[in-house]
Amino acid sequence: MDNVQKTGIGDVCPSKKDKLELSEVRERLSEARGPQYWRTLDELAQTPEFAEMLHREFPKHASEWTDKSSRRDFMKIMGASMALAGLSACTKQPLEPIVPYVKQPNNQLLGKPLFYATAMPLGVYGTGLLVESHEGRPTKIEGNPQHPSSLGGTDVFNQASVLTMYDPDRSQVNTYLGETRSWPEVLSSLRGSIEAEKAKQGVGLRVLSGATSSPSFVAQMQQLLKTYPQVKWYQWEAVNRDNVYAGAELAFGQPLETTYDFSKAKVVLSLDADFLSSGFPGFHKYTREFSRRRRPELKEEMLRFYAVESAPTNTAAKADHRLHLKASEVEAFARALASALGVAQVGGEFKEDQKKFASALVKDLQANRGTALVLAGDAQTPATHALAHAINGALGAAGKTVSYSEPVDPFAATSKVEQLRQLTAEMNSGKVDMLVVLNTNPVYDAPADIDFLSALNKVGLRIHLGLYQDETAKYCHWHLSGTHYLEQWGDTRSFDGTVSFIQPLISPLYSGHSESELIEFLTNEDEATSYALTQRYWQSQHSGADFKSWWDRSLHDGFVAGSASPAKPVTASAKTALPAITAAASGLEIIFRRDATIFDGRFANNGWLQETPKPMNQVCWDNPVLMSVATAKRLNLKSEDEVELELNGRKVKAALWLTPGHPDDAITVTLGYGREKAGRVGSGIGFSAYKLRASNALWNAGGVRVRATGEHYGLASPQGHQMMEGRAIVRAATLEEFIKTPGFAHEMVEAPPPGLTMYQPYEYKEHKWGMAIDLNSCVGCKTCTVACQAENNIAVVGKDQVKRGRHMNWLRIDNYHEGSPENPNTYFQPVPCMQCENAPCEVVCPVTATVHSSEGLNDMVYNRCVGTRYCSNNCPYKVRRFNFLLFSDFDTPQLKFQRNPEVSVRSRGVMEKCTYCIQRITHARIDAEEENRKVRDGEVMTACQQACPAEAIVFGDLNDSGSRVSKLKASQRNYGLLEELNTRPRTTYLAAVRNPNPELES
Amino acid sequence: MEQAPETKASATLERLLPGQAPVLTPGHTLETITDKIVSIVLRRPVTLGWLGGFAFFFGLLNLMLFAMAYLFYRGVGIWGINIPVGWGFAIVNFVWWVGIGHAGTLISAILLLLKQGWRNSINRFAEAMTLFAVACAGVFPLIHTGRPWLAYWLFPYPNTMGVWPQFRSPLLWDVFAVSTYATISALFWFVGLIPDLATFRDTATNPVAKTIYGLLAMGWRGSARHWKRYESAYILLAGLATPLVLSVHTVVSFDFAISILPGWHTTVFPPYFVAGAIYSGFAMVLVLAIPIRRFYGVQDMMTLRHLDNAAKVMLGTGLIVAYGYTMEAFYAYYSGNAYELFMFKNRLLGPMAWSYWCLILFNILIPQVLWIRKVRLNPAMLFVTSLVILLGMWLERFVIVVTSLHRDFLPSSWGMYVATRWDYAVFAGTLGLFFSAMFLFVRLMPMITIFEMRLLLPQAKLSEEVAAHD
Repeated sequence: MDNVQKTGIGDVCPSKKDKLELSEVRERLSEARGPQYWRTLDELAQTPEFAEMLHREFPKHASEWTDKSSRRDFMKIMGASMALAGLSACTKQPLEPIVPYVKQPNNQLLGKPLFYATAMPLGVYGTGLLVESHEGRPTKIEGNPQHPSSLGGTDVFNQASVLTMYDPDRSQVNTYLGETRSWPEVLSSLRGSIEAEKAKQGVGLRVLSGATSSPSFVAQMQQLLKTYPQVKWYQWEAVNRDNVYAGAELAFGQPLETTYDFSKAKVVLSLDADFLSSGFPGFHKYTREFSRRRRPELKEEMLRFYAVESAPTNTAAKADHRLHLKASEVEAFARALASALGVAQVGGEFKEDQKKFASALVKDLQANRGTALVLAGDAQTPATHALAHAINGALGAAGKTVSYSEPVDPFAATSKVEQLRQLTAEMNSGKVDMLVVLNTNPVYDAPADIDFLSALNKVGLRIHLGLYQDETAKYCHWHLSGTHYLEQWGDTRSFDGTVSFIQPLISPLYSGHSESELIEFLTNEDEATSYALTQRYWQSQHSGADFKSWWDRSLHDGFVAGSASPAKPVTASAKTALPAITAAASGLEIIFRRDATIFDGRFANNGWLQETPKPMNQVCWDNPVLMSVATAKRLNLKSEDEVELELNGRKVKAALWLTPGHPDDAITVTLGYGREKAGRVGSGIGFSAYKLRASNALWNAGGVRVRATGEHYGLASPQGHQMMEGRAIVRAATLEEFIKTPGFAHEMVEAPPPGLTMYQPYEYKEHKWGMAIDLNSCVGCKTCTVACQAENNIAVVGKDQVKRGRHMNWLRIDNYHEGSPENPNTYFQPVPCMQCENAPCEVVCPVTATVHSSEGLNDMVYNRCVGTRYCSNNCPYKVRRFNFLLFSDFDTPQLKFQRNPEVSVRSRGVMEKCTYCIQRITHARIDAEEENRKVRDGEVMTACQQACPAEAIVFGDLNDSGSRVSKLKASQRNYGLLEELNTRPRTTYLAAVRNPNPELES
Repeated sequence: MEQAPETKASATLERLLPGQAPVLTPGHTLETITDKIVSIVLRRPVTLGWLGGFAFFFGLLNLMLFAMAYLFYRGVGIWGINIPVGWGFAIVNFVWWVGIGHAGTLISAILLLLKQGWRNSINRFAEAMTLFAVACAGVFPLIHTGRPWLAYWLFPYPNTMGVWPQFRSPLLWDVFAVSTYATISALFWFVGLIPDLATFRDTATNPVAKTIYGLLAMGWRGSARHWKRYESAYILLAGLATPLVLSVHTVVSFDFAISILPGWHTTVFPPYFVAGAIYSGFAMVLVLAIPIRRFYGVQDMMTLRHLDNAAKVMLGTGLIVAYGYTMEAFYAYYSGNAYELFMFKNRLLGPMAWSYWCLILFNILIPQVLWIRKVRLNPAMLFVTSLVILLGMWLERFVIVVTSLHRDFLPSSWGMYVATRWDYAVFAGTLGLFFSAMFLFVRLMPMITIFEMRLLLPQAKLSEEVAAHD
């Protein structure tokens, strides 16, 4: 065809060869790709022929309109001619005409993030949050400081949830038997089944959801149950609080929510409760109050903490005294303790090796009546909970440090396991024609003795709604793409009952639909949005006429003021006696616990959480079997041995990891790994502990067999060594020593005098930033690590690279054990860049890519870095991270949305490190300059500081003597890490102080 | 290769009169020297042995190119380095090769200034060795960076960014030291070659060879004026090169000594690095000289006297190195610094202790055999000892670089280092580069300085004496 045209041109215009023809333009363009395309056009645009052609009303071969493909080309060229105006500039604009804002949206200022209040539900409990939004993209989760139940703190799940929302592996379409269906198609297909069920009063319809406390959703479900009187709604959570409610039932005759007030506590005993780790209801508030009560400056008023623990947790690591028991032995201890404290009819004696610990504990608890507090862990038996209630009653804690209220979970009366068992039985009996599974994954996480899958396969119509095409979705006819909490409207309740609103930050990324929308359709065949549904419910609940202002106020604040559950007066129930104690399991005991970073498996596809080292053992990307050193020695096993676990004939293979402080003759496994259909990140790593977990022994079981397979199973841990080697890294003392010698931290190492330098010290005229980290407050929960990763676009590198020592976290938490491996004292030390005044990294960089700023920061200039890595070699703190390969994902579009636009994404070959969140400093500085004032203390919060539930990290201006950080630096506990090297770090630490019972100390 | 009768005589002489063996076996005349050296290049056919050897090392060179292509494609993450061990094989190899490069200049310049006439037969190929070793070394600072395409930022050149390199960084000093050294070495080598290239030009029969040698000889006619200028230029260059022998490795040692890392931050490094460099350099000279003198039948020019002298230099510098190791241990103990003490303990007993004990064995214990004259006069044993020393010196850098880094101040950041196949590929590749270049050199250039050898003849001495008497 081109030949024909060429001859044609010759025929028509033999003399006017200077006129450029369309076909020639196209020919030239067809050879060009990408940027070259523009260059060619630009060149063309400069030729008179091209200009001539564009100005002619109808170029030759306008008849090509009739030819489909040529017409498209014609349009392309004409479109390009419109865009040619932009050619002189060097920006690349899209070919299509684009339209700017006619009216700029309210409050939308490019470059200025907005913050919206919302809440993240995790099972029953929600956490009030503020979410940072850049031009409509949620990028970072912060705590809501006004929220009464979180006080501004966050946990690892909150911080990482934004990544889950953008997860490219989320289900992006609705499917029927694997084929894509649009939402209208879904609705029209389901309509028939729904009407059939409606006719039968829903006798064959069952709904299985995760646990929820959402008032509007619960009301909606009640509506559904009204419409279909025979429908049944079941809930399943693998990590549930059945024991908590059963314990309250034993103690008080009714399921109750127990909340604690650490601010009034002086002596605390935890019976295997890990209230200082992410995922514990109330973690945010408890951690804050606990840390405040642990300030050594309180002197004799400082809280003393005893922990009886089975699986090692960072909670017990903060304890002044620990007793390591098998999980099955805790109840017996609680009985003995209760009877020692005068609780009648429980019986029980302390074992010989517990006596010393117990007698001191009993004395201490009795001496602190009214300010003592005993907590039982979610995984402990109902009887242990009942005993804890009884002890709290005996110690006069009720109403002071402990209060009771209606359960936040409205379905606390029936245990989740029982509900799942009932549903399975119904499905097996053929009663169920249609099952709707909402955001829960029982095919993966049901107890091994409940064969959910084969029961599921007997159901005629199976509908799954969720974020992922997970294991359960695989066996359902329908999979409906669900919404993340950042994409939907709703509500949830916190551990204290406070109602929080879930506001979407973005419309559903993959056109998903919320569970409330599906239920609304099932009930009324109505297509109301989650916004309408939520608002409708609250309108019906609100009595006053000012609904609009109340609604706006509540959305703005993120919660309904004063909606916390009122305290309920309780009386000990006399009628129920404690069930007979189950004999401690013989043989090796297996302890099941939720995973510290991926919870029950729902976060398995979250790279940030996978790469966050578990708080106690610092292993990431896996769930090793934890075992004590002594037991491993007895069984002739060592770390990273592959072992086969066998429990009641069920077998799994896993890696072994020796853990100091683990009780002997027991192993701990965490749930949530071994996913088959989690996504590209989470599938096929670790092993599924659910395969061993029985419904009657959810949290621990006896008689597990461990056998080495002889294979090696490598684990990834960014901290392979957890001993201090006698170096004064974490400086710690007892309270007694601290009172006697408040400056004990300075006596450990001789620091060089401040003026020891050859150069004139730099004078900081404006600001002089600094940070203080209180080692006594830090609970090692790793929230700061994830927050830093989210704020600073830190890449995830994967297990193999972590094993090679190339993890990228700018802020790490080091664990150090001290003492015997049976019962070590464990310290947590968050280590960001020290921003040294005499920075060893700066002098050795040959290209000045790392330099000191006029505000005292040690800046890293990525553009200038050539990657010699000398700075890292010379950094005594090893806080620098290097992009050994191309670690950042530059391709996945969803992940680009998540990134903080104020922080460069680093490419390969570049060194990076903590910047003290310089983008936040700059923001505050610009704001202050605009308002012609100084930056206020507390105006700049680093991401780690803001995320920390324990308030362990304080950042501010050292030039301002009134700033919080200046005051902390003046504290006698303040010391610089490796200060003997005269690096003069700007990040300093407040030494840890323990508050041991003098009676137990010897 | 048949043994020249002269060599046997020389060996006997050496045995009978220790230290008195001549550096040139008697019986040579001005003509035989020229003829012998020229014939190696111009008249000797290419042997299968040469071809095979060259093909092997050229293969290794290509392996390096392949490994480097993959390196540029993927990034330095293909190596075993990590945090804390930010430097690995690349820096170890760099220091090792720079060290080897020291012997050439030492022999050429310092021994020239010290009027050590015995240097004359080994200086040419020692200089070539220096040049090739520095070329091998020069590969690493470039490729070990994360973004090698920006490595030119280490040079102080006027730029639109208005940024200078950072003059406080030892890496920058390295750039100056090594590039200066490479330049001077190349000049020195080339200037020394000119009279011999002219001889080649005049002897060559192949017109192509004649033209090339002619171009390289730069119009040398051997006039008295040429010789006068030549002598002063050569002495001047020797004078320039002499401080470099000491400075280059001193500066390289600053890469470590300037840092604050235990095991690096040591004042003994400059002298001990220089001694180590000469140690390994002489070992490499022997590793090259021993086969060359055998395969090319030049035992009469590179005599046992040369081997003996080189072995003595190795013994001496080896003892300085041993002193350095002892002092490192002593400082660690005497400083009372917990980090220093731990660093040393970790070298002796840590997970990489094998490298330290091998180092002590290879660099200190085994070379003590050089006290024995029989060993010094036995080329085979000398050859093996030299190889052991080369390996030992490589391990020394490995111990310094890797063992110091892998466990430093904060135990939380301790790590391990395991080299990957790419680390080995690049290292083997530089051996390929070095030996390929040496193979080409012995076939294309006069590996022994013709005119300087002629100066060793009694005839030359006589005329000097006569001249002195006049």
